[in-house]
Amino acid sequence: MKVKGTYKRSDIWLAFWLIIPTLIAIGITAFYPLGQTLYDSFFKWSLRPGFEREFVGFQNYINLFQDPRFLSSLWNTIYFTFFSVVIEFLLGLGTALILNADFKLRGLVRAAVLIPWAIPTAVSSQMWKWMYNDQYGVISIMLYNLGILEEGTPILGTPGMAMAAIIGVDVWKTTPFVALLLLAGLQTIPNELYEAARIDGANIWKQFTSITLPVLRPTIGVTLIFRTLDALRVFDIVYIMTQGSVGTETLAVYNRSLLMDNIFSPRGLFGYGSALSVVIFLIIGIFTLIYIRSLNIKLD
Amino acid sequence: MRWGMRTKRNTQRTILYIFVIVMVIFYIFPFYWAIKSSFTADQYLFTKNITLWPQGFTFENYIKVFTERPFGLNILNSIIVAGATTIFSVIVGSFSAYAIARLKIPGKGPLMLLILAVSMFPQVSILGGLFQLLRNLGLINTYTGLIIPYIALNLPLTTWILQNFFRELPKEIEESAYIDGCSKFQTLWRIVLPLSAPGLVTTGLLAFIQAWNEFLFALTFMQTPEKYTVPVAIAMFTGRTFYEVPWGQLMAASVIVTMPLVILVLVFQNRIVQGLTAGSVKG
Repeated sequence: MKVKGTYKRSDIWLAFWLIIPTLIAIGITAFYPLGQTLYDSFFKWSLRPGFEREFVGFQNYINLFQDPRFLSSLWNTIYFTFFSVVIEFLLGLGTALILNADFKLRGLVRAAVLIPWAIPTAVSSQMWKWMYNDQYGVISIMLYNLGILEEGTPILGTPGMAMAAIIGVDVWKTTPFVALLLLAGLQTIPNELYEAARIDGANIWKQFTSITLPVLRPTIGVTLIFRTLDALRVFDIVYIMTQGSVGTETLAVYNRSLLMDNIFSPRGLFGYGSALSVVIFLIIGIFTLIYIRSLNIKLD
Repeated sequence: MRWGMRTKRNTQRTILYIFVIVMVIFYIFPFYWAIKSSFTADQYLFTKNITLWPQGFTFENYIKVFTERPFGLNILNSIIVAGATTIFSVIVGSFSAYAIARLKIPGKGPLMLLILAVSMFPQVSILGGLFQLLRNLGLINTYTGLIIPYIALNLPLTTWILQNFFRELPKEIEESAYIDGCSKFQTLWRIVLPLSAPGLVTTGLLAFIQAWNEFLFALTFMQTPEKYTVPVAIAMFTGRTFYEVPWGQLMAASVIVTMPLVILVLVFQNRIVQGLTAGSVKG
């Protein structure tokens, strides 16, 4: 029988064999490439046959912070993250509150809300690209007819508007996910609390601010961090809708183009791209630490 | 003006239903529009008139998707890659999840944090290193070259969700099996896994959807149109010239790949919701 605080040798061995496949898989395909990228970032380096590695210390990083394209993609990423997360949170909360109410066909409506989340991002991006089309897109035509936009203005070709259009797609796709997480939190609130508040004469708004929001606070925190992490990594939508043109290039889009355009770079720019990869990793890493600290993981 | 209770309640119901309808339209319309466009003949598709119903109803776009491009192959590629990823992730993930949920071992906390941290890895940060690794192994443009990174991407989530499910199983069943002389591994294989079938299905679904939808790695590691997975094929959709996008066909292709997912979501919505919330909120 187990004594508290001691470990059985057989348990430890079994655990070792059970966990090792996962650790090997993660090691080979996550940690090893990450180490390789970190290593490459200190060199002039590319996969050009016969290319000699040349150690340059932090030069790639110094160049990066003087690269206007890096600075603008950093700004675009922050802009995208801020607006998409805020809008998704507000709409997601609204959606969750509606789904938490009692009405006919609620199950079906909940499933309908999930659909945008299940569609591959690459596919939703193309669906919306068609709706944004400057000649025959349904959204463009409506905006032209309402006189909001000048006839023939390309939404995805106009600075500012293109980024708003991209945020719109992300909002449509991701709000359902946010709503689901918040709904799970809402469903833990016992109805008696609201009953009691009603008897005390609290109106709906008062009930919302004094019961719903405080109970939801931990869920809201986790959801916001989770979404922020995701938004900082945005790639698919931007790549497909604008290829990063007209001021929409985000960090991930710039990074991929740096790496893939410079695989065989005679100037060794693959190493420069690796430096950007490391910077992105650090940015996400900071948020990940915040996220992990905000979870109080229970172990046993 | 003082309202009676009943009128007030009716007004509230009406407002609620208006909200529900607006919400459903917002979430469904883009998908509906893709379906509508996919059944519309080209001469009606490229006009300035907006109609809610397809004009010149036709299946032509659906036929052309399979005859004019290797879209059938792309679907097959996605099924193979996402299927293999799902099977491996669930098997390997369930082993480590059981160890974390049920075995007393030192260093459990750091281990879980490590696994959780990996799930947050920005994919683009390991793209360069992974590309070199796969190139050296000769795995660029192969199924294996995509399945291996996908398994690693999925393992943190599958481990995390499954250990939540295992914790919820009643311990007594395992203990009595153990007393009856089953080894811990036999207990896992014969009792815990069959009992956790719902959890395994949920986790498998999420892993499948994640692998089916992944874009960045597929775009980078699959380099010929015959090897593209579905999201890449759809992103790279071009007509005979670079500027001419066959939107009707593109929408047909989009509907084809979305339909199975929509059906999965409709059938398994409770499971999916359960898995998603277990994977992200529960500590």
